[in-house]
Amino acid sequence: MKSFVERTLRGLLTTAEYAATAEQMAISRGALQRVDPRVKVAGILGLIVTAVASRRLAAIGGLFVLALILAMVSRIPLGRLGVWVWTPVLLFTGAIGVPAIFLTPGRAVAAWGGIVLTEPGIRGAAFLISRAETAATLSALLVLTTPWPWVLKALRIFRCPLVMVAILGMTYRYIFVILQTALDMFESRKSRTVGVLAASERRRLAASTAGVLLSKSLLLAGDVHLAMRSRGFQGEVYLLQDFRAVAADWCWLAGFAAVVLVALRMSF
Amino acid sequence: MHIPDGYLSPATCAALYAGSAPFWYVALQRTKRLLNTQMLPLISVFAAASFIVMMFNLPLPGGTTGHAVGVAVAAIVLGPWSSILAISIALTIQAVFFGDGGITALGANCFNMAIIGSLSAYAIYRLVAGRSAIESPRRIWAAALAGYFSINLAALAAGIEFGIQPLLYHDATGAPLYAPYPLRIAIPAMMIGHLTIAGLAEMIISAGVVSYFQRAEPSLLRSTAPGAPSSAEGYQKAGGWRTTRPLWIALAVLLVLTPLGILAVGSAWGEWAPEDFANPAMRQQIAAASGQATPPAAAPQGLRNLASFWTAPMPRYAPPFLKNPAFGYLLSAMAGSGLILLVFLLAGQALQRRAP
Repeated sequence: MKSFVERTLRGLLTTAEYAATAEQMAISRGALQRVDPRVKVAGILGLIVTAVASRRLAAIGGLFVLALILAMVSRIPLGRLGVWVWTPVLLFTGAIGVPAIFLTPGRAVAAWGGIVLTEPGIRGAAFLISRAETAATLSALLVLTTPWPWVLKALRIFRCPLVMVAILGMTYRYIFVILQTALDMFESRKSRTVGVLAASERRRLAASTAGVLLSKSLLLAGDVHLAMRSRGFQGEVYLLQDFRAVAADWCWLAGFAAVVLVALRMSF
Repeated sequence: MHIPDGYLSPATCAALYAGSAPFWYVALQRTKRLLNTQMLPLISVFAAASFIVMMFNLPLPGGTTGHAVGVAVAAIVLGPWSSILAISIALTIQAVFFGDGGITALGANCFNMAIIGSLSAYAIYRLVAGRSAIESPRRIWAAALAGYFSINLAALAAGIEFGIQPLLYHDATGAPLYAPYPLRIAIPAMMIGHLTIAGLAEMIISAGVVSYFQRAEPSLLRSTAPGAPSSAEGYQKAGGWRTTRPLWIALAVLLVLTPLGILAVGSAWGEWAPEDFANPAMRQQIAAASGQATPPAAAPQGLRNLASFWTAPMPRYAPPFLKNPAFGYLLSAMAGSGLILLVFLLAGQALQRRAP
């Protein structure tokens, strides 16, 4: 009982903390924070696709260094990036990529006993880890320097349907409402439980909690629908478009485009 | 299961975005038509709840823990198309905002978990649950199987996507540019974890939530259970045509087949009339049916006394007014079945009257 509830509570709290910090960073006065969200979304997505498409480690490394510089000028603490992004990606992708060093056939670079390190294996692992780290850092930069509603509005430049943008926006807001409900449920359960529950009881508790949460969310959806209808909602969705690109934004766009072109030129 | 950026080539990512697009389009159109103005709040709030449920740390048998996607629960509660939308939305927020899964791989993640997961979970659930009552334990099994197999099918798709990367994308030295393992490694590597831990987590959450809904909110299971009676309705309709149709058909077939009894040779042991003991042909049959033991010369006294106690209206399944023995068998069977049904009908009515 203790471990299940506490682990879930810790996970939920970490998510809430991350979201709160991200929102705070997104409105701080950094370099990327000042850029028009449309330019930023297009530019950073362009960099991510380039990092994924690139076939030279130097190009991917260059993009990673650029991401570090962008993080620093945007006042995003590298320590936070290390905890939130680099360490989890390294642990996950490293666990997958490192065995490839030994399992990929090719020219042997070193050997100990029966274990052989191959050149294609090392390069393959390096590609995987560097791409994953670079793309994850760039993704984090986008979210840590742009308030979520602006990211969504900016998605309209990619012809993302209006209704999907609205759903994504509402979902994001309701995540925190339901997150609070889940936290309250787990805390109240924890405060009423003495001793350790059997494993089967813990599973039943988890399933029931999920069921209650889904059931509450459907009730909430009904209430929200009624509230929307009472305010005249007929099914049409409108977004306020208040972005205005200035000369500096066009410079940023040109800069992003130049980096993408150079990286792709290096790769192919 | 959440594929990060860098594991799949841009071409694979583009292909899976393109593969997902028609499903998203159809899902959006169908959900809009079905829910109208309700779509926006329902999908948003349910996607948010699914997102939170995905974060639950589920205790699994063996002492380990795991996270579920909750795709089977979404498919069972919302139906497959709305589930595709809700899970895709949750995956998008996970990828873009929380970095769980890549942005370029979002199409692949949605294709595997939201599309394959929702459609397979729904199909398995409907297939196994059939027309069982909403509160039937069969629906819990159906949800468990739907959760287990849908997540494993999604994992298999991810394993195939990983496994084809080194075949298609490598540099001049043979170094894999994306996911490095071929199909023979990628598929087992994906499946081992999902057949055990992730599959179990999905199974537990799906079965557990459906079991909870059966007890607390059965109405939430209605939309994907057309024609399923609730337990109370099921008991009330137990005598109805739909429930008893197979029994009536079986009874009709048996009635039609009753004349086959004429084809049977010999006599049934113990079903002898007093006069059979005087008939040489029947005596041989009695001896054959009794392990060649010689029957008594005359019918036993007790049998003679009791044989005349009751004269059946249709002796030996051959009513005296019918010449055709086959029709006599059929008529006797119909009369017998009818009498039994009548008795039970009257008894049922009597019991219903006495019920409070």
